[in-house]
Amino acid sequence: MAIDQDTVLKVAHLARLHVSSEQSAALAGRLSDILNMVDELASADVDQIAPLAHPLDVSQPLRADVAEPADLRDRVLPLAAASEGGCFLVPRVIE
Amino acid sequence: MSLHQHTLTELKALLDGGDISSRELTDYFLARIERFDGELNSFVTVTAEQARSEADTADALRSKGEIGLLNGLPIAHKDIFCTRGVRTSCGSRMLDNFISPYDATVVEKMRSAGAVMLGKTNMDEFAMGSSNETSFYGPVKNPWDLSRVPGGSSGGSAAAVAARLAPAATGTDTGGSIRQPAALTGITGLKPTYGTVSRWGMIAFASSLDQAGPMAQSAADCALLLQSMVGHDDKDSTSLNRPTDNYLADLDKPLAGLTVGLPEEFFPASLDGRIAELTRETARELERQGARVVSVSLPSVKLSVPAYYVIAPAEASSNLSRFDGVRYGYRCQDPVDLMDLYKRSRSEGFGDEVQRRILVGTYALSHGYYDAYYLRAQKVRRLISDDFARAFEKADVILGPTSPEVAFPLGAKKDDPVTMYMADVFTIAVNLAGLPALSMPAGMIDGLPAGVQLVGNYFREDQILNVANRYQQATDWHRQAPAFGGAQ
Repeated sequence: MAIDQDTVLKVAHLARLHVSSEQSAALAGRLSDILNMVDELASADVDQIAPLAHPLDVSQPLRADVAEPADLRDRVLPLAAASEGGCFLVPRVIE
Repeated sequence: MSLHQHTLTELKALLDGGDISSRELTDYFLARIERFDGELNSFVTVTAEQARSEADTADALRSKGEIGLLNGLPIAHKDIFCTRGVRTSCGSRMLDNFISPYDATVVEKMRSAGAVMLGKTNMDEFAMGSSNETSFYGPVKNPWDLSRVPGGSSGGSAAAVAARLAPAATGTDTGGSIRQPAALTGITGLKPTYGTVSRWGMIAFASSLDQAGPMAQSAADCALLLQSMVGHDDKDSTSLNRPTDNYLADLDKPLAGLTVGLPEEFFPASLDGRIAELTRETARELERQGARVVSVSLPSVKLSVPAYYVIAPAEASSNLSRFDGVRYGYRCQDPVDLMDLYKRSRSEGFGDEVQRRILVGTYALSHGYYDAYYLRAQKVRRLISDDFARAFEKADVILGPTSPEVAFPLGAKKDDPVTMYMADVFTIAVNLAGLPALSMPAGMIDGLPAGVQLVGNYFREDQILNVANRYQQATDWHRQAPAFGGAQ
């Protein structure tokens, strides 16, 4: 399936990627190439086939719901570009 | 024989025999990296000081009789594994400034087995690529011909081992990222059964496909490394809880009684006749050793590349949503608002191929397209898995080419993603099915190495390692080293 520039811009927004109008033209071509290749999947007869999510059909194990100490703030916060008072800093969200 | 010409297994024997210390061995390989890697670009970070300290620790432990499986052996880790206190870039500008606060389970396990980390190897950005050209740190060169690619995404690990700058390295394989570069550089690499090696601390690309494994000169070396990498890990919910296998015990077992399956789909008319022939010659060598060769069929593998390029980007688009410019990683300058911060941090931090795959994945998962793409791909995945199950009723192992071609020139496919994706046409089906597979060198074409792939049934890493080891005892393709690095 070919996709147009508007679709590229819409998907880019969903993916939180900055794509300019100029870039969207080239991207529409590249992504259409990929989607055309992927369209071969339509030829498969899979009506009666169950999807396979895990190669070994293993379900997700759950651990006991027990709180564990996780005092990681001092190790994790220094990785952020901006932090203050034990919190991550971002541009103002609420006026 | 110079030290770097020895396999990991031989170096272990030298250490065990007291012929050399870990410190001497580590200094030797650090000097080789210093001498050759400027041109090869196989390392992103060399951890010389830490390596010497780990080597001294290994020597001290040895003198006390505490000798782990990998005691004193220098190895390199792909820069996708988190290493505490050391930059973990994943080949991306996004993580150029990321100093991991913790070790990946694989790193921790190999260190506790006594391994010494020489450094972190270059790779395609977020493991997305088959040529190592998408790295933020520039392409890795193939030591067999510096104008050619080493394959990818574990191209740095492959080139470093091929040029004998490290006796072994770790890699990860989502669609062929251990096996294809192993084939293109003339080394041996193994992707284990999904769930065998913990993914904790291994930066996620496509979680249902990613698996870490060893890359080294020989199958025996891979067995040694794998033994120290496997095991259940509570920190990875996809890690399987089952008894640990012994990969070293049956390495020399004779091949009498073994059935080798050749899938007709792995020999299409379009395949380079020389690659087809050396794969068949490999089968004949196994026959000479008592194996029986049969034909098997994997009719749905023709859909593995399309299925993969839905599933992997879909999972990647979800996994890579964590890179938001807020908590860690690259952050754009002077964002006007939070949306601008997210969007520009991600667009400036990720390279072109990563952004393409995020967009494809987001599209495939978006409203109205989920059934047509993602769900359908997951169903095709079961068809592929069922094909292998039927083939393994007839054969113990499956043999085919690893890559449809030998190493191609740098830049040859860089601007054509779909052509690049076909580099993994023989490796991807194995990831979709979650099976173990190994690539080993099996011949040379125009002075460049070519590899063949052995696929095993679930948890039969021991069997493909045994077959590969027997093959390598009878041949010397794995002993061929490039003039650059290897013979110097």
